[in-house]
Amino acid sequence: MSEILIKNASVCDPAQGINCETMDICIRDGKIVDSVSENAKVIDAEGKLTMAGGFDGHTHSAGKINVGRFMNPNDAKKNLVPGLSGQVARTEKTRAQVGYNTPNTYAIGYRYAKLGYTTICEAAIPLLAARHTHEEFKEIPILDKMGLSLFGSNWQVMEYIRDKEPEKLAAYIAWGLKASRGYGVKIVNPGGGEAWGWGKNVSGLYDPVPNFDVTPAEILMGLAEANERLQLPHSVHVHCNNLGKPGNYATTIETMKLFEKVKPSRDRQSLHVTHVQFNAYAGTSWRDFETGAPMVADYVNGADHMTFDLGQVIFGPAMTMTADGPVEYANARMLHEKWSNQDIELEDASGVVPLFYSPKSFVNAVQWAIGLELALLVKDPWKVMFTTDSPNGGSFVNYPEAFTYLMSEKRRAEVISGFSKMALDRMVLPGIDRELDFYELAVMTRSTQSKMYSMPEKGNLKVGSDADIAIYDILPGHVDPSTEYAKVKKAFSGAAYTFKNGEIVVKDGEIEETPKGKTYWVNAKVPENIDTAMQKDIDRKFRKYYTVSKANYMVEDMYLQKPVEIGTEGVF
Amino acid sequence: MKIKANLISGRTADQGAHLEAKTHKGYFDACTYCELNSADLERLGASEGDNLKVTTEFGEVVVFAKANEGNPEGLAFIPMGPWANAVLSPDTHGCGMPGFKGVPAEIEVTDEKPLEMKALMKKYMED
Amino acid sequence: MPVIKDAVCSLCGSLCDDITVTVENNKITKIENACILGHSKFVGMFEHDRIETPMIRKDGELVPVPYEEAIEAAAKILVNSKRTLSYGWCSTSCEAVSGAIQLAEETGSIIDSTANVCHGPSALAAQEKGSPSATLGEIKNRADVIIFWGCNPVHAHPRHMVRYSSFSKGLFTEKGRKGRTMIVVDVRKTDTAKLADRYVEIEQGSDLLLVTALRSIVNGHEDVIPKTVAGVPKAEVVELAETLKNAKFVCIFFGMGVTQSRSKYKNGDAMSSLISDLNQHTKAVMIGMRGHYNVTGFGQVATWETGFPMAIDFARGYPYYNPGETGANDLLVREEPDAAIIAAADAGAHFPQKAVRHLARIPVIQIDPYANPTTEIADVVIPAAVVGIEAEGTAYRMDAISLRMKKLIDSKFKTDEEIVKDLTEKVREMKRGA
Repeated sequence: MSEILIKNASVCDPAQGINCETMDICIRDGKIVDSVSENAKVIDAEGKLTMAGGFDGHTHSAGKINVGRFMNPNDAKKNLVPGLSGQVARTEKTRAQVGYNTPNTYAIGYRYAKLGYTTICEAAIPLLAARHTHEEFKEIPILDKMGLSLFGSNWQVMEYIRDKEPEKLAAYIAWGLKASRGYGVKIVNPGGGEAWGWGKNVSGLYDPVPNFDVTPAEILMGLAEANERLQLPHSVHVHCNNLGKPGNYATTIETMKLFEKVKPSRDRQSLHVTHVQFNAYAGTSWRDFETGAPMVADYVNGADHMTFDLGQVIFGPAMTMTADGPVEYANARMLHEKWSNQDIELEDASGVVPLFYSPKSFVNAVQWAIGLELALLVKDPWKVMFTTDSPNGGSFVNYPEAFTYLMSEKRRAEVISGFSKMALDRMVLPGIDRELDFYELAVMTRSTQSKMYSMPEKGNLKVGSDADIAIYDILPGHVDPSTEYAKVKKAFSGAAYTFKNGEIVVKDGEIEETPKGKTYWVNAKVPENIDTAMQKDIDRKFRKYYTVSKANYMVEDMYLQKPVEIGTEGVF
Repeated sequence: MKIKANLISGRTADQGAHLEAKTHKGYFDACTYCELNSADLERLGASEGDNLKVTTEFGEVVVFAKANEGNPEGLAFIPMGPWANAVLSPDTHGCGMPGFKGVPAEIEVTDEKPLEMKALMKKYMED
Repeated sequence: MPVIKDAVCSLCGSLCDDITVTVENNKITKIENACILGHSKFVGMFEHDRIETPMIRKDGELVPVPYEEAIEAAAKILVNSKRTLSYGWCSTSCEAVSGAIQLAEETGSIIDSTANVCHGPSALAAQEKGSPSATLGEIKNRADVIIFWGCNPVHAHPRHMVRYSSFSKGLFTEKGRKGRTMIVVDVRKTDTAKLADRYVEIEQGSDLLLVTALRSIVNGHEDVIPKTVAGVPKAEVVELAETLKNAKFVCIFFGMGVTQSRSKYKNGDAMSSLISDLNQHTKAVMIGMRGHYNVTGFGQVATWETGFPMAIDFARGYPYYNPGETGANDLLVREEPDAAIIAAADAGAHFPQKAVRHLARIPVIQIDPYANPTTEIADVVIPAAVVGIEAEGTAYRMDAISLRMKKLIDSKFKTDEEIVKDLTEKVREMKRGA
């Protein structure tokens, strides 16, 4: 039995409505408990901000990121955020580290932990390539992991929706999650991945997918229905059509509206829209491109069925990677960049392209502003998950820098002062004076994640929750984030302590221990007769179209590190 | 009579089938030959099975003659393996990959016999 | 009589996963669906010369020693070495690769794979221009124009054309071979070329010229093309470009004819640009025909664990990568390594003479199931179980899809994974002692 007593912590835990109150936290055997014995190891956290461990609910950290590493070896040397990037020699405790946007697996674990983050959700797992994702998970130390499985251009999904077979569709989703050991349903540019199989794309919610006679709107609704039928812990997680295109805010709002009629089967949103920054563009071309954030925020403020994340841009080099194959090809052609592509048979597409966000580019400056506008114009922080869609908008190691943008108007003004007049004309950020406080920041970086993923043991400091805790050397009330943003950035860049399951993994910003994290996956129960009928259909897919045997498709148990199976009961 | 040829190496099914049987005669048979167009063989005065000495800037090796009409004239092919590597180019031009294809070679008929694998490798130990 | 279905064949990069194996008395007695290469591997197991026991070279001869003694001798070589080259790790599992990388990291070694003499230039090409690819099922289901460029699957990947490409049938390719145009670009009329609808014979080493000409035509600059390109008449080049442009789905499979010929990585680099250009007109992808069954896996594991796919130098404590400097052959030709581990690959057979000469001079540790030319120059030889037959583990197909290889029969030999672990432990012990 291991016990720890964290004394005099300045606790900020929005899940319990605790806003920077001085408290003690007791830990026993990896969990937060009411009290501990006098034998407990005592950690003095006086004067230190204490939150639940951070939870990155949308990051590209295993799988596709390897294509990014592979095609861009120069990233290994990049050390733009000293202490959290670049080449680091091995030590007795830690493996060798490289990279900035695409760090090696070990660096991902260490660096998230240094930021006080303890859980990550990989944003895109192709079913067929899921084994690879889990192989990388195994080599990411410290963090708990989960991932979202791709269903948005899947042949079997589209056929079931076309043929109006909602029960078999749900059974297939359950099977696909099991096969890929995924946690939730990811939909990327619905139908667009299949169109990209022919070098084409879909242009919006009602543009039919070639050869499959379904529309993106039907795919979204079909998958949402299946998602709720299975009572999955997370809602569908949607990367909207038309990503990266001027004028796409309309498609985004249209998509959000579509979900007003979806009734969630659990106490959570019925829709999560991801990296909305990339989908909140107004204008009709790159000439008259401007922010669409006010329109999107306006809609979100009046809606109570959805959450979203930012996809905040960080200036400098980034590595874009997405199942949205046509977007990446377009990026590569427009920017004359190298282009990797990996279409996955019967399932989806994907692409990887490096790019550089420059404050001198009016488009990039406006993109930067849009992310912040969304965070600041949406009133309820519980609707907002902070992300950079790492490393699409920028590497996660820049989170502390981004926090200063959210918390300080002065800091934003500093950055904005470098923008062109044209850029300023296309954004509304300079007129926004809202500054987030530590409480709101905690909501966006841990609490809302717990809610939106139905993970009550994460993202809060309630008795019974996992003892995943971040202690930062900064005291709310004594530091004014509005002006002292350098202190904010420093404190969040290297936690005084990070606890993972009650174990000190980071102390004074350095790695102490590197335990293995858990892997969460969802096993949704489906009636046997429906499952059997569905299996017949996929047997045919394997026999005729896949190049891998069904027997070799499903990720085997041995690939899961410390697996946590979340069971749900399908309603049929 | 010597001819000049452009030497390449590559995989063959026989060579591949003996990947894990390299001490066997089958591997020797699969890798110890040089394929030339029959016009080139004729010019050399060689028939299939004759011994050919292949000499490059990097060394020499004796292999059996084999005809292959798929080869254009002047193109010589030796299956990948230690015999080919006795004469291929170690120069990577700074990009990691040695010169396994496109090495200028001279080929002539010889009385010398191809060395079997162990004897060939032994020469390295003696060097 | 156990019959094991859906076994993965651990021979070439096609990684066929539909093999049926019959095992009787711990012996494979029947194998179905495998090609000549796979058959030779699975059934040959019982015919080929296994390395029966660990060995150490004493007075010029390899003599049997107990396993522990071999591990100790190997560890001593590593501990005393200032610059070890760890090479191969491609006919083995990803789990073994992971162990080998950790050992290399802890000993400050350089680790490289058989990509050094195979598709290393394809990695460089991807680093220049990207890797526009797809899984093999995309080809099976969609491709109406397939090019085999500088590769010979009839010999090197015998079931490729039936399972994944020319002869396969899929959703949009119901007619199979009849509905597809198969083109071979090569320097000699290979057995694959004999099956093609169109064979384009180019002058050896002129791949870059033809790729560049095709790009020019695809991009609307037919006028700049000279009368012949790479020995091919202009009309034929133009026709080829038009075939590609007018296809519904193009795949270029490329092999060592592209990576090993003059211009090396520049060939793949230009081909990647051609694929990008073709996508202005149609859908096009390219896939490298990887040789060793898990050379792709080495690249994947090395990339996620070190940031780099091959030629990784840990001398500085962190990974350093510069393939023209830290590649296995460059190192050996410069006579830089003072020791080497060669595992699950055969540098003795597949490196040019100058590199082998240096290997013969330095202490070499070999880990392999079978005796081969490397054995002849090795100083410590440690026999291993055959992965995919006697040991399970992960492997990556040429299109970067990973599969679980089964253990089909028991073995008295340790797995590569176990050997690396024992070796690492011994090295740690010696270092602690020192």
